[in-house]
Amino acid sequence: MNNENTALAQDERLRSFEEYVGEGKAIEPRDWMPEGYRSHLIRQISQHAHSEVIGMQPEGNWITRAPSIRAKQILLAKIQDEGGHGLYLYSAAETLGISREEMLEQLQTGKAKYSNIFNYPSLTWADIGAIGWLVDGAAIVNQVSLQRTSYGPYSRAMVRICKEESFHQRQGYEIMANMMKGTPEQREMAQDAMNRWWWPSLMMFGPHDGDSPHSADAFRWKIKRHSNDELRQKFIDKTVQQAEVIGLTIPDADLKWNEETGHYDHGEINWDEFYRVIKGNGPLNKQRIAHHIKAHEEGAWVREAAQAYKQKQAQKYN
Amino acid sequence: MTDINQLKYSYSLRLGDNAWILSHRLAEWCSNGPILEEDLALTNLALDLIGRAQGFYKYAAELEGKGKSEDDIAYRRNERQYFNNLIMEMPNGNFADTIARQLYVSVFEYYFFRELKNSKDETFAALAAKTLKEVKYHMAHAADWTIRLGDGTEESHKKMQKALNELWMYTGELFEMNDVDSELMAQGVSVDLSMLKPKWEQHIIDVLKEATLAQPEDIYMQTGSRQGIHTEHLGHILGDMQYLQRAYPDAKW
Repeated sequence: MNNENTALAQDERLRSFEEYVGEGKAIEPRDWMPEGYRSHLIRQISQHAHSEVIGMQPEGNWITRAPSIRAKQILLAKIQDEGGHGLYLYSAAETLGISREEMLEQLQTGKAKYSNIFNYPSLTWADIGAIGWLVDGAAIVNQVSLQRTSYGPYSRAMVRICKEESFHQRQGYEIMANMMKGTPEQREMAQDAMNRWWWPSLMMFGPHDGDSPHSADAFRWKIKRHSNDELRQKFIDKTVQQAEVIGLTIPDADLKWNEETGHYDHGEINWDEFYRVIKGNGPLNKQRIAHHIKAHEEGAWVREAAQAYKQKQAQKYN
Repeated sequence: MTDINQLKYSYSLRLGDNAWILSHRLAEWCSNGPILEEDLALTNLALDLIGRAQGFYKYAAELEGKGKSEDDIAYRRNERQYFNNLIMEMPNGNFADTIARQLYVSVFEYYFFRELKNSKDETFAALAAKTLKEVKYHMAHAADWTIRLGDGTEESHKKMQKALNELWMYTGELFEMNDVDSELMAQGVSVDLSMLKPKWEQHIIDVLKEATLAQPEDIYMQTGSRQGIHTEHLGHILGDMQYLQRAYPDAKW
């Protein structure tokens, strides 16, 4: 009898939750939410935070070799922004009842993922341009759509993050544009980076809609508002034109404008590569996590010291 | 270059190099910090220093009057043409090593820029006023961590003490003066470094006392930077930093 009542109450709550969300209203940390909603968000937000943090590695790889004072300043400030986004997103995830320590452990043990794109190496300075322009560009398309996601703290984080990402994208594009105006070697470097980053950038939007495992709930609960393919198409349409303006070639022989649909048709993405990298067998998966673990372990004594000092102070003044 | 411009050029280069080389080291912390917040704090210090270097290099280029840019000054000189103090190029080591370096340097810079702010050279005075605001934060950051690590755990105390002891021998030359100093001082342009030393030392002693740490012993002070004689580390820093500028001398980025 009691159980039945509880089950009925649960159903009722779920119904009113979905109705509320359906009206486009935001859920806040103290509101009731289905466990599935909570766990979906924890997975998505922490994955997003981890992506910001792991993304500091390929870009950090070029800080000490940035070719001008201004370039160094811009790159360092950008990476700082990414780290700040990481902090902001970790806090948003914490409102759902998971601690930063738990999230870091999930990252380091491979339970939590981060964006696949950061498993690719940044080999030349042009890669810094390509990452800013393509990777941040793809991220923005996704994040703009998330500004209206149903969870309040996540949506507010996205509004703030989008503003900074659009700067990054412009700065990345500027690096590419300058190189395309430069020496033959610079142009070659820029095209090479384009060739290497284009396809992984398209993969950032995830599998085709039919193959996307978490989509149904995410749509019903308004966590997600646009499909993977829809967002990918949007990115392609805007980026192809930007590439043309500065004389870069998109490395896709099947790419062509489709008058009927008003969009670019594109060649098939190498999904074998996508799933292989997700499973941990990309160029740098192991190094990225090893780097994170190393820094974390080397910093353990610092965190312990800070904690010990804090406790001593608390004792002193209590 | 007139004599006075030559002197100011040397002085500006020295200050620019200090900021530029230390910023390079601090930037190496990116993605390596003990916690994300501290990763951001250290690279934030680096950003301040890059901005400062840019200001002094720009002025140096202007004084030289050969149409060079601040990038030419930063990226196209060799090991013997850099005049940063040796402590700036010391490797990051562990977090305590970096904090010890920050403590010694930022306390020095606090007293230094407080004086340079009154320089009769308007550009130096303006750059110093701007820098002073930043350096106050750098100094507070370094002192806070010195105290936390010194008075934290046994391990952190040991590491902090070791770091302070090892870097001590590079603090002497912060106060070293040559002809550039004496001639610019006579004109009210530069700072009397000998005056700063007691203040610096007292300040360091106060922080170390609160941190339950001991003042390192004065055994030997290494010098060389005023003559452009460095440690072996600088060449590697420049190798990294100047790689693209040297490999593609005609390229603009």
